[in-house]
Amino acid sequence: MKSPAPAHRRHFIALVAAGLVLAGCKPSDDAGKPGAASTGAIVVGEFASLHGSEAAFGQSSHKGTELAFDVIRSNGGLLGREVRLITEDNQSKAGESATIAKKFVSRDHVVAVLGEVASGRSLEAAPICQAAGIPMISPSSTNPKVTEVGDHVFRVCFTDPFQGKLLADFAWKSLKVRRVAILADTASAYSVGLADFFRQPFVAAGGTVVTEVKYASRDKDFKAQLTAIKAAAPDGLCVPGYYTEVGLIVKQARELGLTVPIFGGDGWEAPQLIEIAGSEALKNTFYSTHFSPAQDNPAVKAFVAAFKSKFNEVPDAMAALGYDSAMALAEAIKKAGSTDPAKVTAALAATDFVGVTGRTKLDAQRNATKPAVIITVENGGFKFLQTVEP
Amino acid sequence: MSEFLQQLLNGISMGAIYALIALGYTMVYGVLRFINFAHSDVFMVGSFAAFHVAPRLGSGAVAGGMAILCVAMAASALLGMAIEKLAYKPLRGRSTLTVLITAIGVSLLLQNVGQKVFGAEPKAFPAIFPSRTFHLGTVVVNSTQLVTIATTLLLLAALHVVVHHTRVGIAMRAVSFNATAASLVGINNDRIISFTFALGSALAGAGGVLYALNYPSIDPLMGTLPGLKAFVAAVLGGIGNLAGAALGGLVIGLVETFVSGTRLSTYRDAIAFGILIAILLFRPAGLLGRDRVEKV
Amino acid sequence: MRFPKSQLWLALALVVAGVVSAFSGRINDYFLDVALGAGINIVLAVSLNLINGFTGQFSLGHAGFMAVGAYTSALMTTTFASRLLPLVGGQAWILFPCALLAGGLLAAVAGIAVGAPSLRLKGDYLAIVTLGFGEIIKVVLQNIDVVGAARGLYGVPAHANVFWVFGLAAVTVYVVWALVNSTYGRGFLAVADDEIAAEAMGLDTTRYKVTAFVVGSFFAGLAGGLYAHLKGYINPTGFDFNKSIEIVVIVILGGMGRHVGVVAAAILLSVVMEPLRRFGDYRMILYALLLIVLMLTRPQGLFVWRSGRGTA
Repeated sequence: MKSPAPAHRRHFIALVAAGLVLAGCKPSDDAGKPGAASTGAIVVGEFASLHGSEAAFGQSSHKGTELAFDVIRSNGGLLGREVRLITEDNQSKAGESATIAKKFVSRDHVVAVLGEVASGRSLEAAPICQAAGIPMISPSSTNPKVTEVGDHVFRVCFTDPFQGKLLADFAWKSLKVRRVAILADTASAYSVGLADFFRQPFVAAGGTVVTEVKYASRDKDFKAQLTAIKAAAPDGLCVPGYYTEVGLIVKQARELGLTVPIFGGDGWEAPQLIEIAGSEALKNTFYSTHFSPAQDNPAVKAFVAAFKSKFNEVPDAMAALGYDSAMALAEAIKKAGSTDPAKVTAALAATDFVGVTGRTKLDAQRNATKPAVIITVENGGFKFLQTVEP
Repeated sequence: MSEFLQQLLNGISMGAIYALIALGYTMVYGVLRFINFAHSDVFMVGSFAAFHVAPRLGSGAVAGGMAILCVAMAASALLGMAIEKLAYKPLRGRSTLTVLITAIGVSLLLQNVGQKVFGAEPKAFPAIFPSRTFHLGTVVVNSTQLVTIATTLLLLAALHVVVHHTRVGIAMRAVSFNATAASLVGINNDRIISFTFALGSALAGAGGVLYALNYPSIDPLMGTLPGLKAFVAAVLGGIGNLAGAALGGLVIGLVETFVSGTRLSTYRDAIAFGILIAILLFRPAGLLGRDRVEKV
Repeated sequence: MRFPKSQLWLALALVVAGVVSAFSGRINDYFLDVALGAGINIVLAVSLNLINGFTGQFSLGHAGFMAVGAYTSALMTTTFASRLLPLVGGQAWILFPCALLAGGLLAAVAGIAVGAPSLRLKGDYLAIVTLGFGEIIKVVLQNIDVVGAARGLYGVPAHANVFWVFGLAAVTVYVVWALVNSTYGRGFLAVADDEIAAEAMGLDTTRYKVTAFVVGSFFAGLAGGLYAHLKGYINPTGFDFNKSIEIVVIVILGGMGRHVGVVAAAILLSVVMEPLRRFGDYRMILYALLLIVLMLTRPQGLFVWRSGRGTA
């Protein structure tokens, strides 16, 4: 019961052991000096959800970024220097991205930080990059708050207000939807945000939201919500979620006899959508996205071919944006002619280049103003429907 | 009314799957008195096993579907036994909390090896049974739901026979009732525990296949959520009690489904847990569990 | 009683934390972040140890209490800062500890709410109630717009420094140590050892259990506040079931009802993920294997060499 004196010495040993481990993670390689150094490799940090609940998106985006670095390397690096990409996994967990951003800034001395898909985790790393004066480019966080953090935070994708508005327009004008039902993911910042940005313009145009029900990420059964939606008799269903759930939602909706058009945003974009839902169920569904591998455009075709030969799969929108985020950075470093973070930041602010996701031009809020594409499914494949200019 | 019937059907088929997983939790708890955290990942491996053998066994026909189901159950049973041998048995006689940590370790291991081997992105699960949709009035009945409910009933009946009418089942109950006394009357506890894991894991494997059949998108983390719900169901029914686990699964499935269809859908999990807590306050040992009076 | 001596230790720890904090500008940011994360985990693990280790209850909802503290304090320093700052003379450094304290107190209130039902529940049933509580907190937070719902709360000022984190870690260790080593506190151990016997001896076991929950959740609330002011961004999914499990793992690995072991395990487990980074994709697999192997080889607790207080 009582703790005898000799135990203290053992406890001391235990603490020292733990302390040694702690000391073990102290910077061991201080070789890579600040990113501003004008010699040696150019180091770029990438944080991504490579494991955990959002790994599907993180992996895609990461593959795109990897491919971009292959291309940059095969073109002889940047400014005549070698480029090095350090990728860290945040396991889709809260708190990890802040630690990683600090590691990039104070230990790896990166020139810039790339990441990530989920807006929540981009928001964690952004203030740290902003405070350190290191530019950060998010490939596909569409929540407007991300770039509001400060003038060092950029994104190469469009934002949810733009996407919500275009979805509302599309539903109102092209699909002639008047009574809409919304099914959003209560656990996802992206989904809740996009639902809001869709609802406002749709209601403003004169439409009615007949019912709004929620699910949570990683749910598999949506029949209860869909049964309630069917009972409300909408003439269109808006599902601003990720394909991981949307595939099952569309499938179950059709099984329950809900035949109205179903539409959503860029979270739908992935080849697995058709595999999960089946092309029959996906008839009369539409989504807006940044990119479609089906686009008839030489740059897109070359990208799809390169991606296929490296990873043996068709790239989705996340992969394309991961690629473009790295390319935007490369362009900026070339233009700045230096790896000085301030100069790179200035060059990034003036970004205007044509990537695989279309012409990417940043506005004063550091958001990309770029066209969106609307995709539908026909004959077991994605079909490019139209381009919506900003 | 038709919406009510529809939700009732949806809830029952959801509850059937929870019940299958909950049985494994409760059986292991019966013999070893600990929560097997890796159980939900055995469930995941069951559906991946089916996914990988499906192209070879010819899916789409009833016979092929049954064969795939059996393979998945066998694979899960083997995995369950292996886990018990390697990670739990060396700690026999230790605090059950110690075993809990290795169970969490095994769970993390299966999830992360799964993400490495199978890939993190979801896979589309094939329709291994012929699928058809019926319309009974305004209620839509999917053959998959019927397959789920029928298979679950069949497995429950089989389990009942094994547990109550075979020697090994009786031995299992004996170990669960009093392990020391069981070994005194000549029961080989280790073998019975191993058998229990095989049985529980096979049910989880079957649950995995049925789950994937209903929701044909599988990924290495798919077990976490249904596993948590089933664990709750097992406790709700009275942990260690087989009928309780089945009942608990059904209750959770129904509650979840009915809440999802209302305006309160955003609070679904909160309400499900709220009801659970309320039930436990009135029945502290679960729905069918008996409050064992400890003798001093 | 060796109270005077232990108070001396506490004072010493606080002074050291203050001094180190004054020089923390020279410490690498990344190293500092990992160290502060470890400090917060000490607070979490030691406070859970009071509930799970010393009192023998089984809580799976520690992250829920942490969430209550994190949100309360973060709201006070962000959304409501403009209204609260004038009350403390516009001094952010006064507002921060007040916010931490408020977070801890509200978490303690939540602790009463969870502790009270535990009067009737035992073992795994209690575990389920605490787990359910944690999930309910998460779902409720996801539905409140003022706290950002699923979007989370961002722009939380980075007030958590070495002094606050390690100072509070020292206070937590001290309070839990002093509590269980006091005459009153022996009752916690009695409840853990044999509840029925303790009751037969005339101990008010209910009160001990509720006290453990209240004190434990108070410190979990403080830890949540520190966490929010370290990471600068919080959202509901960060306080899910997995976070609670992480803390349980630390307590069991350190040896239930051990003081030093749990502190050492908190440091070890918070830090060990960092050197594993170099293994890239295999990092999580190695971590899982490490857990299993550690438990198989040292089932009595990582830093426990002689049998004594532990779990039965």
